[in-house]
Amino acid sequence: MIHFLVHDSADTVGVAVVDIAAGTQLTGRDLSTNKPLKAKSAQKIPLGHKLALKDLAVGDTVIKYGCEIGKIVKPVKAGQHVHVHNLKTKRWA
Amino acid sequence: MKNHKIYAYRRENGRVGVRNHVIILPVDDISNAACEAVANNIKGTLGLPHSYGRLQFGEDLDLHFRTMIGTGANPNVAAAVVIGIEPGWTQKIVDGIAKTGKPVAGFSIEGQGDLATIAQASEKAKEFVQWATELQRTACKFSELYISVKCGESDTTTGLASCPTVGNVIDKHCAIGGVASFGETTELTGAEHIVASKAVNEKVRKQFQAMFDDYQKLVFGEKTNDLSESQPTKGNIAGGLTTIEEKALGNVEKLGKKTKFVGCLKPGEAPGGKGLWFMDTSSAAAEAVTLWAASGAVIHLFPTGQGNVIGNPIEPVIKLTGNPKTAKLMRHHIDLDVSPVLQGEMTLDQAGDALIDMIVRTANGRNTAAEALGHREFVMTKLYRSA
Repeated sequence: MIHFLVHDSADTVGVAVVDIAAGTQLTGRDLSTNKPLKAKSAQKIPLGHKLALKDLAVGDTVIKYGCEIGKIVKPVKAGQHVHVHNLKTKRWA
Repeated sequence: MKNHKIYAYRRENGRVGVRNHVIILPVDDISNAACEAVANNIKGTLGLPHSYGRLQFGEDLDLHFRTMIGTGANPNVAAAVVIGIEPGWTQKIVDGIAKTGKPVAGFSIEGQGDLATIAQASEKAKEFVQWATELQRTACKFSELYISVKCGESDTTTGLASCPTVGNVIDKHCAIGGVASFGETTELTGAEHIVASKAVNEKVRKQFQAMFDDYQKLVFGEKTNDLSESQPTKGNIAGGLTTIEEKALGNVEKLGKKTKFVGCLKPGEAPGGKGLWFMDTSSAAAEAVTLWAASGAVIHLFPTGQGNVIGNPIEPVIKLTGNPKTAKLMRHHIDLDVSPVLQGEMTLDQAGDALIDMIVRTANGRNTAAEALGHREFVMTKLYRSA
């Protein structure tokens, strides 16, 4: 079973494609290379939500699809849930 | 791809429609009551009540006429009865629709009131229905379909599965000479550089950029916060989308991998030829699909993540989802489930072919989920306040 997908090798977040429990050893796939990936969830990640693939500091730009999707406003550790509580738009702000 | 044979209605002007509606079209809000009475009197007609049409001016009035005339002119419409409060604007819409060669008649209320108008319009509507119901579907080509695309209540599965499935169809449809259109101007924010890179030439790129920049000015002029509760929507956020940039990058997967867009359209404007066209639209589903129907689109492809339920009265809306939960929990709204893409159990090329098969079936007459459920959202775009 695939737990998460990554659009591009440059991405700093992956997308859960099943509901993931905290502390799960995860199998993923990089869609740009079709290569398998490994990660470990630090928190519960619902289907469709993002997990950090590396530690992210306040002010870091988050990359998905190889493009910018916003900036980190609260520190995030690898495997944690990335969403509206720690990631904000860089547009219309 | 093979240019599939479809069975559809060849209209007087040569255009191909997949439905055979006789519409009762109000020119303005105060003619809704008469239109609905006619639609109730004559079975098989379709009343299209809406909220506007009085004291509009300038570009907003132009858009009103373009939407009214375009709706009547759409090849999914066999014939139209137009009812307005006064004869001038009523006739303008009748004349616009009549250019297609299809039967159209106008009635106005002032000087005789609703009851006499309803009686006259009902006689004509009955004549149109009996004529239209004898029309036969004939063999047409898939490439003759004008297809519009827009997603709604997106989530991250939209960018992973349902939008790239539509992109796969866009590439195949445009390669055989089809016509298609995408839009959602503000919902390209964060991916506008990708869209710009898909313009066929510098002139089209500049047109797109000017339309995009104008809509950004509107957002910056009117916004009271960062729009993080409107765009992305609450449903988007529940589905895991966090920012407009992330939503936009999933959205543009619908444009395909190879296809360049050949021109830019004002809201509701008909494409001037084959290929993929950008239309300057709102990202609100009912408003945007109403504009595409007014531009002549006959089938709409609607990827959804969390389960937007939208339909349109004259343009069938085919819904597909890449979210396995939505495919299960909202299955009566979903025409095609492409969620096996997430586990690699279905390729995007296979998903695209499955969607093409669903388009063929819909073109041949299969009711979409939204049609069966009675979703007939007809929502006019209003650019600013009336005078």
